[in-house]
Amino acid sequence: MSLPIAPKPAIRRFHQARWDEPVIFESTTPGERGVLVSQPEPGIRETVGDVLSTLPAGLRREKKAALPEMGQMRVLRHYLRLSQENLGADFNIDVGQGTCTMKYAPKVNEALVGTSKLADLHPLQHTDDVQGILDIIWNLERAVAEISGMHRVSLHTSGGSTAIWTNIAMIRAYHEANGEAETRDEVITTIFSHPSNAATAKAAGYKVITLHPDADGYPDADALRSVIGPRTAAIMITNPEDTGIFNPRVKEWVDLAHSVGALASYDQANANGILGITRARDAGFDVCHFNLHKTFGTPHGSGGPGSGANAVSEALAPFLPGPVIERVDGRYVLDSDRPQSIGKVAPFYGVAPNLVRAYSWILALGPEGIKAVAEIAVLNNNYLMKRILDIPGASAPYAVGRRRIEQVRYSWQELYEETGITSEEIGVRASDFGMHYWTSHHPYVVPQPFTLEPTESYSMAELDEYAAVLAEVAREARETPEVIRSAPHNQTVHHTHHDDLDDPERWAITWRAYQRKYFS
Amino acid sequence: MAGLPAQVLQLTLTSNVHAARTVGLVINPIAGIGGPAGLKGSDGPDIQAVAYSKGSRSRSIDRAVNALSMIAATFPDAHIVTAAGQMGADAVTAAGLTADVVYSSRQPSTGDDTAAAVTAIAAAGASLLLFVGGDGTARDVASKLPVGLPMLGIPAGVKMYSACFAVSASAAGTLATRWIEEPLPVENREVLDVDEQAIRTGRVDPHLFAIVRVPFLAGRTQARKSATLASEAAGVRVAASGAIATMSPGTRYLLGPGGTTMEIARQLGLTKTPLGVDVIRDGHVELADASEQELLNLLTESAGPPARAIVTVIGGQGFLLGRGNQQLSAAVLRALGSDPLCVVATEQKLTALGGRPLLVDTGDRELDTTLSGYIAVTTGVGRTSVYPVHAPENEGAHSCV
Amino acid sequence: MTQPFVHPYLPNSAPETKAAMLEAVGAESIDEFYADIPAELRLQRLLDLPGPLAAEQDLVRHVESILDRNVSTKQRLSFLGAGTYNHYVPAVVDEVIGRSEFLTAYAGEPYEDHGRFQALFEYQSLMAELLNMDVVNVPTYDGFQATATSLSMAGRMTGRRRVLVASDVLPDKLSRVIDFVRPNLDLVFVPTVDGTADVNQIAALVSDDVAAVWVETPSYTGAVEAAIQGLADLAHTVGAVLVVGTDPVGYGVLTPPADQGADIVCGDIQSLGLHQWFGGAHGGFIAVHDDPAYVMEMPSRLFGLATTDVPGEIGFGDVAYDRTSFAQREEGKEWVGTAAALWGIAAGVYLALMGPQGMADLGETLILRTKYAQQKLSSINGVALTDPALHLREFVIDFSGASVTSHSIVETLRAEGIEPGVIVGEYELLICVTEMTTQLDIDRLSTAIETAVTSHNTAHHPAAVSHSEEKSA
Repeated sequence: MSLPIAPKPAIRRFHQARWDEPVIFESTTPGERGVLVSQPEPGIRETVGDVLSTLPAGLRREKKAALPEMGQMRVLRHYLRLSQENLGADFNIDVGQGTCTMKYAPKVNEALVGTSKLADLHPLQHTDDVQGILDIIWNLERAVAEISGMHRVSLHTSGGSTAIWTNIAMIRAYHEANGEAETRDEVITTIFSHPSNAATAKAAGYKVITLHPDADGYPDADALRSVIGPRTAAIMITNPEDTGIFNPRVKEWVDLAHSVGALASYDQANANGILGITRARDAGFDVCHFNLHKTFGTPHGSGGPGSGANAVSEALAPFLPGPVIERVDGRYVLDSDRPQSIGKVAPFYGVAPNLVRAYSWILALGPEGIKAVAEIAVLNNNYLMKRILDIPGASAPYAVGRRRIEQVRYSWQELYEETGITSEEIGVRASDFGMHYWTSHHPYVVPQPFTLEPTESYSMAELDEYAAVLAEVAREARETPEVIRSAPHNQTVHHTHHDDLDDPERWAITWRAYQRKYFS
Repeated sequence: MAGLPAQVLQLTLTSNVHAARTVGLVINPIAGIGGPAGLKGSDGPDIQAVAYSKGSRSRSIDRAVNALSMIAATFPDAHIVTAAGQMGADAVTAAGLTADVVYSSRQPSTGDDTAAAVTAIAAAGASLLLFVGGDGTARDVASKLPVGLPMLGIPAGVKMYSACFAVSASAAGTLATRWIEEPLPVENREVLDVDEQAIRTGRVDPHLFAIVRVPFLAGRTQARKSATLASEAAGVRVAASGAIATMSPGTRYLLGPGGTTMEIARQLGLTKTPLGVDVIRDGHVELADASEQELLNLLTESAGPPARAIVTVIGGQGFLLGRGNQQLSAAVLRALGSDPLCVVATEQKLTALGGRPLLVDTGDRELDTTLSGYIAVTTGVGRTSVYPVHAPENEGAHSCV
Repeated sequence: MTQPFVHPYLPNSAPETKAAMLEAVGAESIDEFYADIPAELRLQRLLDLPGPLAAEQDLVRHVESILDRNVSTKQRLSFLGAGTYNHYVPAVVDEVIGRSEFLTAYAGEPYEDHGRFQALFEYQSLMAELLNMDVVNVPTYDGFQATATSLSMAGRMTGRRRVLVASDVLPDKLSRVIDFVRPNLDLVFVPTVDGTADVNQIAALVSDDVAAVWVETPSYTGAVEAAIQGLADLAHTVGAVLVVGTDPVGYGVLTPPADQGADIVCGDIQSLGLHQWFGGAHGGFIAVHDDPAYVMEMPSRLFGLATTDVPGEIGFGDVAYDRTSFAQREEGKEWVGTAAALWGIAAGVYLALMGPQGMADLGETLILRTKYAQQKLSSINGVALTDPALHLREFVIDFSGASVTSHSIVETLRAEGIEPGVIVGEYELLICVTEMTTQLDIDRLSTAIETAVTSHNTAHHPAAVSHSEEKSA
């Protein structure tokens, strides 16, 4: 073979890193050290004496913790190998983790937050010393308030679900302040809203009523009318829902809630496609939240830390978690003296590095850019939908023929009935091509579901490539289903067996438990 | 390291890859033959003869081959315990698998043949019984199925009110393949059948014949972002707990048949008749397997306590009333007063209806109208789903599951 | 702008691409995609936001200029703790969690995200060794949430509402816990004696309506609880759960609570390899014994070992995936969401680097430096410790003997570039020392406080000197 190099095949020949790395405890070598600790000075030892031997009975640990003993570079190498065995969003066309908004987290923001001026800041330093970070937080609050149309914003929470909790906690406090805590004990949500709306309402002590969509997949206003009333504390809904369908009657829903004295809470996890297009407050919502790690470009961190932004109307502002930042004569101060506040929802003031990243992301784009984010995201989504629906066996149930906003919940039901290949199996096989694809959409309102959310970050060619991979997998389902059934083939590990994970006698949640159960 | 040589990876968790679990198969070769001929069922030699004369031919063997091919793709050496000829072995061989024949039938096949084959296949050690047919076949299979042995239908019948069928032959094949690999969760599902004589004369009146165990694919997605119920079995437990949480002391509950109501009884520590309506009150069974008349007598007694019926979705069509729980008649429901029903079901069961409404058919149009609209279905403790209820009379019950 | 708006973050904002894509889907304009949004809900103007600073160099200059206004704890001598701690972060930790593969991964399967599963399984396992417990969760949001959840677990398991609070709890943490548990639990506060639990009072209060006895060690004031075993025994006599909130940083030398009868051990991992980040780098751990009754109540994810089709290959998956199914009384298992996985990976790397000897050394250094600071500061006239308990990292000093308010001390020392601690009372200051605090640092603090106290008393209360002498006599 000589030059020129043959053209690339249509489908990328991917293989994930496979280091066959042992569990770290197996690499221990007695005596090796990873880092050393600063020792107490001789002067300290002289002054205080042998404190350890005078500890009260039972307080002194008898045997050292059985942590591994490894030289520094061995630890580094172990973890760098593990890092390579991950498909981060920086590496793949990450449109397959729909509902998660896997957009680009700009690298410049990593450089910005790396400064000692942020990393080495203590939250209880004098406010004179932290004016810079308070300025950023305050301005980010203003930006989220503008994007939502709301009055005030809190950025304290470190994830979307805990932000939803904060929504319901404020709603509860509001009704308590009005003396209606006892009578309003129900929260209404929809089956296509993120389940954390129901879960947090439940954890807050509410009865949860779930509405199913009407025959066209739109939220069913008649169903809402049949249950809303004086016992309703709030409606908690997502819009557009995870189907990508926008509820055109959303204002009517909010008005219905208000007409019975209930509040309307808006889960804006799917806000990416409507930034600068439509705003929560303009539809009348009292409270909403955004996920900065979805919509505002902070990295997902292998599952956190994220950041939640809670935005509220003037009526709910007194209930925001404390303290809040106020700007007085050009200086930022912290106000903790807020008797109606629900109190702390997290330590201090939120995930500061994420707040700086989100601020920087908004600033880089500006008003025109933010709107372009939404528009390109929906363009990408509708373009990808066209490509996906061209694949035999794929469909987009509900609102057939309608456009979608940020994402689409598709179905492989036709392919499944034809071939017996499930959506989950397709997902595992898609990973062989270096693609994420997930099906965590219980309950399966859409049978054999998959949700694609292309965001604004992926180019047309990349969307074509993703669709081509799914088309290839669908072809395999018909022609060589055993290839799919025995997948993955190009991954770090092979088909994994789950039985042991559900049996208390056999599961191994830690290395020590594994050793005890199987080797002692 | 507990005695393991250093640097050696040695995981010893149990593996089930090659665990030999045997699947049994029985085919009703004439199932579905009545459908294309417009005969609303295929029960009885006379009907079958009419169907043949109208040119119908069996779909059930093709369906079986389709499903078995799924198994063959993964386990080409698998043995299927089955009956001879058209009742199983032909399809097994056609799919490239080995048939262990344990029963031979007369021709043409009757319900008795199916039942006898089931007995033989179960005795031969099958751990799952695949059958091909419709409601009539399901009923025959269930009649001889040993308690606890799961069954799964490959849909090929005309009538399919029962909830024991996979959505397609391929889907059934997938389930069976998985079953051979590893244990799958099973759920209680209903077997219903109508009297075909009645349906042909215009009355749809299916009765509940059995509650059987049916395997299903638990969604085993690892990427769990939210704490939602992953399996139907879990959903049933939670829904049942939810119904119990709504029960009041002193109130009488007419506990209808169904998998979820069985679970309610189990959680209450009561023994429930699987197919009947049992009256319970304050943790005791007042009346087991009550007839309509017995219920009426109980409810019309003077100064009786308040009473409600607890019902669940019966079968695969979304019926709450009028299919399999006919004891809860219009008269009984009227005697229960203005708020007669507590409906309990899993969220999964509702979503599986694909947006189709729940159905009531008590035979009393006025009552059906009262019951329709939106109903709050208990899905967990403090959790309800609002779902539409229609009173179609002649809506909904004709398509496949 | 005369040029079309093309942004580096938006590849398809190039006009030709946009046009090609619209054509492919048969749409005239992007507005068509918004057909379901009624006109009256459409924003008819651009958002009122700053920017754009689309050129990266402009953005960097701007954001850096704002952050530069911060004065960090490297520029101040800080004795601040109270929830966020200044421990050393080894360079390898930052290197690992800065890798794109970990930083930008999210919710993939154990195949394409195998490394994430293994790193978090190892985090669970390393924490488990430090805590001597067999089950540790993938981190939840923070120690506040971990504690609120742990108490809720005890409530669900026992079906009871009362929780006896045996220790002094960080007020912010308490605020969070109260907000979270109040639908299901009632907290009963049992005042501490000498900084730690009043065992006799707890003994008088335990009854069969108690869901949990809640111990914090080190407590809000840094006091190490010496009576965990006794409290555990009391709790267990009535079928209650002993919940211990803690910071794992000291367990290289201190006996883990599990060895003293604790059932649930929970807290924050910020001390293990995470910078202070203005209080924005917290993660919560919950540890229990390998008992399904406990494991099934845990709302967080748990990663476990699994075999694969290939012998010797290490697979992973979610343990007890269907955890809610064990619920006899489904009162809400809370929720699982994006929490703090990256911080968990960091803490794992930290523990792997430290090893058994590193954690033992760290624990010793903390205890000795704490003791030294206590001795040094309490030797100042008019300054006293508030209790005789063993302290780890934090302790409270009382200036009432010198009639100087803590506020005035803080104000005076800040002028000298020292953050002397957190004000916790009119005369009380919570002081934190870590392995980052040298003897010289402590001496400098001591000198500054002594000077402040003396000059204050000379200026305002000439009699106070003799008062102090009387006290020390």
